[in-house]
Amino acid sequence: MKELICICCPNGCHLQVDDKNGYTVCGHKCERGAAYGKDELLHPVRVVTSTVKTTSAVFPRLPVKTDRAIDKEKMFGVMALLDDVTVSAPICCGDVVLPDILGTEVNVVACRDLKE
Amino acid sequence: MIHHELVIIGGGPAGLAAAIAARKAGVQDLLILERDREAGGILNQCIHAGFGLHSFGEELTGPEYANRYLKEAKALQIPCQLNTTVLALSPERIITATSREFGLQQFQADAVILAMGCRERPRGALNIPGSRPAGIFSAGTAQRLVNREGYLPGKEVVILGSGDIGLIMARRMTLEGAKVKLVAELLPYSGGLKRNIVQCLDDFDIPLKLSHTVTEIHGKERLEGVTVAQVGPDRKPIPGTEEKISCDTLLLSVGLLPENELSRQAGVELDRVTGGPCVNESLETSIPGVFACGNVVHVHDLVDFVTEESEKAGRSAAAYVLHGEPDRSHTFGVTNGDCVTYTVPQKIDTENVGKTVDISFRVNRSFSDSVIEVRSGEEVIAQYKRSHMAPGEMEHISLPKVLLQKAVTDTLTVLCKEADV
Repeated sequence: MKELICICCPNGCHLQVDDKNGYTVCGHKCERGAAYGKDELLHPVRVVTSTVKTTSAVFPRLPVKTDRAIDKEKMFGVMALLDDVTVSAPICCGDVVLPDILGTEVNVVACRDLKE
Repeated sequence: MIHHELVIIGGGPAGLAAAIAARKAGVQDLLILERDREAGGILNQCIHAGFGLHSFGEELTGPEYANRYLKEAKALQIPCQLNTTVLALSPERIITATSREFGLQQFQADAVILAMGCRERPRGALNIPGSRPAGIFSAGTAQRLVNREGYLPGKEVVILGSGDIGLIMARRMTLEGAKVKLVAELLPYSGGLKRNIVQCLDDFDIPLKLSHTVTEIHGKERLEGVTVAQVGPDRKPIPGTEEKISCDTLLLSVGLLPENELSRQAGVELDRVTGGPCVNESLETSIPGVFACGNVVHVHDLVDFVTEESEKAGRSAAAYVLHGEPDRSHTFGVTNGDCVTYTVPQKIDTENVGKTVDISFRVNRSFSDSVIEVRSGEEVIAQYKRSHMAPGEMEHISLPKVLLQKAVTDTLTVLCKEADV
């Protein structure tokens, strides 16, 4: 039995995951917690949020995120890829900044509009 | 002097939500005054995810959450004057502001909403001995430098305080290539959310030392290190436990204080515990026509609750503009009972309550199975069960008007206690 704290929302549910019996989860208040408990032990994933450089004088950085969670050990790999990205206006919130990163089919997307 | 029906001071999440609600409630002529180069407030630098679970049922980053309200404000044609600092507010609701574009301006408003938010507690409030080298930042300043300006403040980092901003910055600095050596927390427990300890510290093997504090700053031009020591139950350093840690950056995440210089100047009555204005059920302060919402009233844990509170303030301000001050002859004071540190609102007028009135408060210690009681004198008028409460988590109760009308005294008391077994 493994004890985890769910990171899906601010509730921070205390989960007990039975790693000997098909990863059944208890202590969760919602279904996301049940999925998290299993995933965290089998293949932990995280959403990466960061920024990329822009050519804008007013807003030198554009906040971005991975549109889905990626393998936890790939976090620094994503960060390294973002170092070389520079974007220019116009950009809309949700636009893909970097497609299919590290062969995962996960995209890095913009988190805000950039008009100037 | 420029006249507006409603002027909102601050274009962060509170100001935006209040403006949108006021417009929807029928205010034609309103203006937001914002100090920064864009509206959205602190959300613009909070690039991590976790916002909007209550309001939208999905997990957004700060800029995405702000974007939804910015878009709505734009669609409703709500004007927002940027790069403008409000210098003064008078009890007659005259606002003095300055900006590079318009110079000195004076506004006469029929109603004002205070939405200035809060500030970080600075080093000067902590009395850490030592010199004043470069490299000491409040966590929020470092967050702005990294996320908006694109500068990394340092490479070897110690963080004092385990509030959420400190934890979030531990992860952020690590992802950007800095080495976060330690997070020290004075209290025996962290003030941050548990999920942030897991995903910001544990994920990167960053040690969290509880009951520890920084006792000395080393370095002259640039920070060279700090001395960290364990503290006893009296929160004083224990001699002999000192440890010197080399670092070039110290981040302080040691609490937030509502920013109320303008409120104080105007003569708004402030609550000594929250540091924010005392408000009634309509979020109106002690000055008629001056409303307040968001972190300027009390520091919230989640922006979703700021939005909710601010929408109510916006609707109340609209009612004031359109119909004037209501009758306030049925006003109760709300007082803090056992284990309750403060309540918002501090006053409730029964006649101005809709079906229910929401009361927010904090407890002064952790509870497991417990009961929240609302009393009028000795009589219990409402009870709410909780399976868990903690000082770091704001509590909310919704009190029906029919129960309020049962009150016999002119004060209500909110208190918390263990549930009877």
